[in-house]
Parts: sequence; structure tokens; C-alpha cells
Amino acid sequence: MINLSRRKLIVTGLAATAGASGLAVAARLTQKYGLVPPDHGGIYGVGESLTYASQRLLTRHSLAREFPRSRISPRPFPNALDPLTEEFKRLQAGGFAGWRLSIDGMVHQPGSFSIADLKSCPSRSHITELACEEGWSYIAEWIGVPLSYVLQRVGVHPQGRYVVYVSMEPDTWDSIDMADALHPQTFLCYGMNGTELPVAHGGPLRMRLPRQVGYKNIKFITRLTVTDSLKGIGKGVGSAASEAGYAWYAGI
Amino acid sequence: MATLGSAQLPAEASVGSRVSPAPITKLAPRHSGLVRVTHWITALCFFALLLSGIEILISHPRFYWGETGTVLTKPLFQLPIPASRRSVPTGYGYVLPDQNGWSRALHFEAAWIAVLTGLLYVISGLLTRHFRKDLVPSKADLSWRALLTSFAKPLRLERPSAAEASSYNGLQRLTYLIVIFVLFPLVIWSGLAMSLAFASAFPWSVTLLGGRQSARTIHFFVSLALVLFLFVHVAMVCLAGFWSRAGAMITGRVGPRKERT
Repeated sequence: MINLSRRKLIVTGLAATAGASGLAVAARLTQKYGLVPPDHGGIYGVGESLTYASQRLLTRHSLAREFPRSRISPRPFPNALDPLTEEFKRLQAGGFAGWRLSIDGMVHQPGSFSIADLKSCPSRSHITELACEEGWSYIAEWIGVPLSYVLQRVGVHPQGRYVVYVSMEPDTWDSIDMADALHPQTFLCYGMNGTELPVAHGGPLRMRLPRQVGYKNIKFITRLTVTDSLKGIGKGVGSAASEAGYAWYAGI
Repeated sequence: MATLGSAQLPAEASVGSRVSPAPITKLAPRHSGLVRVTHWITALCFFALLLSGIEILISHPRFYWGETGTVLTKPLFQLPIPASRRSVPTGYGYVLPDQNGWSRALHFEAAWIAVLTGLLYVISGLLTRHFRKDLVPSKADLSWRALLTSFAKPLRLERPSAAEASSYNGLQRLTYLIVIFVLFPLVIWSGLAMSLAFASAFPWSVTLLGGRQSARTIHFFVSLALVLFLFVHVAMVCLAGFWSRAGAMITGRVGPRKERT
């Protein structure tokens, strides 16, 4: 026999009501403040959303840990590349002089930049750790132009909420929200450890965001698109990685 | 075998509480409703975390100490298992399929549920004095003799007496307190320390553990300790009478147990 007192019943009822309305309010607020990731559907959507929302609230402006030069890893490990395309080899033969980064979408001045154009922008560097979701990590100096600078140059429409970045590698693209796009450590990276960014590490141009794991740091960037919604792009879950089952937000 | 009706008081409980049999509706359950619910949610999450954790681990079954480590660095140790990445030298001639996508998603979702459940359990445990009443050992519990006896008895496969069905001995109390207040917090901490974004907001969470790779290695060993606890825990439940004890964690009441034949 279940033994229920009236008080227990009332307390349980109140707790359930409070919980349900709390969840409803939370859902409304998270939509409003952009705390819902594009891959919020499915059985893992709750976990993804909780992680993204809580980390956005806690870490919107926090800086990734930086290290002294003495702690740079002597042998940075590059993951194996897929075979390079003919187009890539042609550009590589020309010293990447013909490499273009095009910028389109919700910007005032769509256009394109060569690597030399990007290098003529204010150059920044940070010594941060690149950590792969597999478990390994190394520290390197990353040199580039803050993405925020380039976005400011082309002028982002106020409704722009995401930056989509596309690689020259087939089926390789990703996107980040404006908190990450405008973060001072998010670079369009063209240099590493005092030299040109090696091809093995994504040269001539790689997205570098030290607060997310390796797979968000896509190599061989050729295109940026500013958008207010990721719904119409690919399968609408924000990246090729999340279409393959990997989380769109990879701060953990 | 004596069968007891559901309306009757189990013989063991009356011995344990040393009071005259009271009507069953007045008897406090062996485990409160909240303890039972949080126990099973945690158990489910633990299995999900273990499974997905092993899946993630096999993509790089090497461990390092300090901040960094890759296949180009000398590891602290490497598990003698095949890997799910071609880049890891394992000595095996094959590479396991990559399952990290769903494994990571399941790992973090289960971690969220486990942490929220754990918070509920700890807060209510403090408010209802569950820890003070049921888990903090008394001075007498902590004597070497008492601890040694509690340790030796199950090793001799001696079944706990009926009186022990209603409360924990000192060794059990200590073990549960260590699991709840040391191992679980440490596994959560070392896990969060591996989050790049979390570490950006709370850099001390990594540096105090000795670096990112140290945090990963600690996470592995604390998980091992929790698995060891799980094995001993289940073994002890079996020794005491699986259906009686597992039943108590489901219904709240210590049921009858089969006598040995």
C-alpha cells in the first residue's frame, strides 16, 4: 500500500508545478537570449542545449588560457589530411598567392581577401593549447588576424547571429555564434610558431578558436558567410560535423 | 523457506530495530523515496558514462602527465587495447570504428543528469540529516577492530546478520562517504577541467590538477576507482541477498531472503 499523507501530496504537487513552469520559462528565455544550439533536436539535444546555454552564460567573455613561449610543444602533432585536391595543389604551387577568402551573407561590403590582404591587417598572436576531442593536446603560438577585425571591416548587419566558415576540403564546413566570432582570441590563422602555417596544420588559412576542441578549428578556409539562421544551410544543424553526429558546440 | 505476506513485518527488520512489531504503515523505509529514485538514476547514468567513456578512451588509449601530450610525446602509460584512430600506434593490425560523436553526446548528457541528480541527493541529504544519521560513522564504528571485522567477514563469504539489514557498518559508511564526497566530486571536477571553455572561465580548475593531460589521467583513475566500488558494491549486495537488498532499494523495504540450502 502506498502511504501518502496530505502534506506529502501538496508538497509533491507544488514541486511538480514549480518544476514544469520553471522548464517552460527556461525554454522561453533560452530562445530569446540565443542559448539554444542548432543541433538541439534528438535524444542528445537536452544535453547539448544545457552545455551550450550554461557555457554561454559562464564563459561568454572569458579568455582561453595562454602559456609562456617556453611551454610551446616542440613537436605539434598534425592529424592526417585527406588527399589534397587538384585545385589546392595548384594554389600551393603558386605559393598560395591565388588563395581567396570570400565573405558574403549579411554584411555591408561582401568581398574577398587574399592571404596578403589578411596579413596587412593588424596581426595578433596567442600561445594556446589545441586540444582534440580524442584526448591529445599540444601548445603552439598561433598568428593571424582576429575574425572580429575582418567582420568589422566588412560590416555585419545587426541581425547577423552566426558566421559559417567553409573549407576547400570537400564537405567540410562549420559555424560559430557571434560570441565566438567576435571573441578576441578567434583568429583567421595564417602563422604558427613564428612561421607560415604549415599545410599539415591547415595552411594557408585555418579557423582558430582556442575555447573549442580541434574539430571546430577547420583547415583551409575559403569562405565566410554571415547569417541570422543556420536552418537553411546543409541539414540545418550548423556544421558538417554535427551532421555526422558530433556536437555543434564543442566547448567541452 | 518462510514466505512472508506483504502485510507482515519482515522478521529481520524487527530484529534490527529491536522494538516490538509495529504496524507496517508506521515503519520507516530502509531507504527513503528520494534515496531510491536518485540511486537508480545515478546507476543508469553511471552505466551510460562508463560505456561512452570507454568509447571515447579508445580513440586515444594513451595517458600523459602535465599539460600536453600527443602520439609524438612519450606517454605515462598506454593501455594494451586497439584504438579507433589510425594515428595511434597500438600494435594491433586494425582500427576500430569511430564512435566518438554519440559517445561524447551521451557522456555529457548523462553527466548533466548525474550531476543534477547528485545535487538533489546531497542537498536533501543535508536537509534531512541523512548523512549524519545513516552515513557518518560513530567513534566505535571507526575502531580498527570493527573496521577489520567488517572487512574480513565478507572475505570469508560470511553473510551479514539480520541485524545488519537496517543500517551500515563503519566500513560501509566510510566507503559511501568517500564515494559521495571524494570520488564523485573529483570525477566531475577532472571532467570539467577538460572542457576548454570551462577552463577559460575557471583556469585554476586545470592548473590545480597539474594540467589538462593530468586532469584526463586523474579522470581515468577516479573512474576506475568508481568501477571498483561498483563491483564490490554489487558483490556485497549479492552476499547479503540480492533480491532482499536490491528490493529494499526499489520498494524501500527489506524483503525476505532465501536461506542457503
